[in-house]
Amino acid sequence: MKKKGFTIERVLTIATVVLIFLAWFGLTATGAFSETIIPSPKSVLESLVDVSQNGYKGHTLLQHLGTSLKRLIIAYGLVIVTAVPLGLLSGYNSKVQAILDPIIEFYRPLPPLAYYTILVLWMGIDEGSKLALLFLAGFAPVYIACVAGVKRIKEDYIYGAETLGANKWQIFFYVIIPAALTDVFTGLRTALGVEYTTLVAAEMVAATAGMGWLVLDASNYLRSDIVFMGVIIMGITGILLDRLIQFIEKRIVHWKGRT
Amino acid sequence: MSESWKEKLYEPSDELIAVENVNYEGPEPIVEGEGTPEEELITIDHVDLSYDGNTGPIKALEDINFNIFPGEFICVLGPSGCGKSTLLKILAGFIAPTTGTVKLEGEEIEGTDWHRGVVFQHPPLYNWYSVRKNVGFGPKVRGLPKEEYEPLVDEYLEKVGLSEFAEKKIYELSGGMQQRVSIARALINNPEILLMDEPFGALDALTRESVQDLTRKIWWETGKTIFFITHDVEEALLLASRIIVLSRHPGRVIEDIHVDFSRQIVEENATDIKFTEEFYKYREQLLRLINSQ
Repeated sequence: MKKKGFTIERVLTIATVVLIFLAWFGLTATGAFSETIIPSPKSVLESLVDVSQNGYKGHTLLQHLGTSLKRLIIAYGLVIVTAVPLGLLSGYNSKVQAILDPIIEFYRPLPPLAYYTILVLWMGIDEGSKLALLFLAGFAPVYIACVAGVKRIKEDYIYGAETLGANKWQIFFYVIIPAALTDVFTGLRTALGVEYTTLVAAEMVAATAGMGWLVLDASNYLRSDIVFMGVIIMGITGILLDRLIQFIEKRIVHWKGRT
Repeated sequence: MSESWKEKLYEPSDELIAVENVNYEGPEPIVEGEGTPEEELITIDHVDLSYDGNTGPIKALEDINFNIFPGEFICVLGPSGCGKSTLLKILAGFIAPTTGTVKLEGEEIEGTDWHRGVVFQHPPLYNWYSVRKNVGFGPKVRGLPKEEYEPLVDEYLEKVGLSEFAEKKIYELSGGMQQRVSIARALINNPEILLMDEPFGALDALTRESVQDLTRKIWWETGKTIFFITHDVEEALLLASRIIVLSRHPGRVIEDIHVDFSRQIVEENATDIKFTEEFYKYREQLLRLINSQ
């Protein structure tokens, strides 16, 4: 159970963040590093104000963020509606697993950039290939977590349902799915992280907007202040999205950590 | 069900229902079935079970033969590792015997089904459901309409003394209460036999006594046949109408006796029975038998 209020752990977390900021201030104030290596907090803040007011290369900051989030959310939604049911089925039925496992095991360790070119060739240079890349990146962790979640279910849960008269499908819907939910959510959280890391790669080719593209483009011009700003915004949105998933998980899997 | 089965439990005769001194004038009643009127509920016939070990097959059960009659409360006693849980798994249909047959009312048991309810040592209750929904799970998956089984749920919750906890979540209950839910959940299907696999082994002494009392009471009031696994001699004596002792590896039946303490507790309110000399004698004998293995 999580403790509320000011625990020593919370103080430590806040202190760490504050310390990092102080170090950043201190290091840049000495003038020992050029703005290109470590831009000062002030210039990063200025670039934030500048980009949010005037935009960056034709799009406002919100548009960049919105474009990326839209890609992320669409791909993530596709992952939820495909990887979750397929993973759960695969864990429950060895024949389904026998079909799906080789495909996923093959592509999962590949670096996304390795197959991105193929996706571009197949799906065009626009949104399709970007979404496909994000989708594939998120699919594997969710699928694997779902399979593991089903495999971990105690056999007495299933025996118990059988002796009460449930058939295979009823067991799947009433027992397997809820029992695996904790693992499903772990997979979903991992997938969000992986999709985020893939975002920059996805926006490398033929993009004109998006946070990944903004960072990449700014780095081409050695605008470290904008790179820093982009990275920080992506980091914060990442944390917020993860919190959102945790919040939903708590609502749905109310028994987690209490058994 | 007639009350006479209870008396019959403790008599050597296998008759299920005895009819005596009845004045009946009229045509000869038609007796269904043939031969003797008493019928075994479960017949266990030359059951062996081996499983594959590192150095070839290991025998867990050897030549198990006995019948279970309606209304009996059978406790299977044995040292740990004697295969008593394995025997229950065979009766439940989780595993099939290597050789031999197990029949329920003449039909061979194949796989699980709701006519044989199971209460597990660690109750596999569903945390995502309330107590009420856990108890109603059986009738629900069997396709009974909700308005038909909801009153049943209330009835069985009342039976196990959990009416006030109907809307609670499983994780909000103590271990003993969870086991009560588990019993209600198995009973609501009205199974032919209730199989209980060391159900109270993980409970503390006080809770244990109260769920034992509950189980005995339910058995006595419903006339349900119960097959109960335990390694606790006292528990067996306090609950059973018949005790079967299995030997250590491989499990063979080495004793099969009828006992009367459980009935005395309910009928004569003999709550102090475990301090009587007779109880002590039985306890010593069974302990010696088990320890001599």
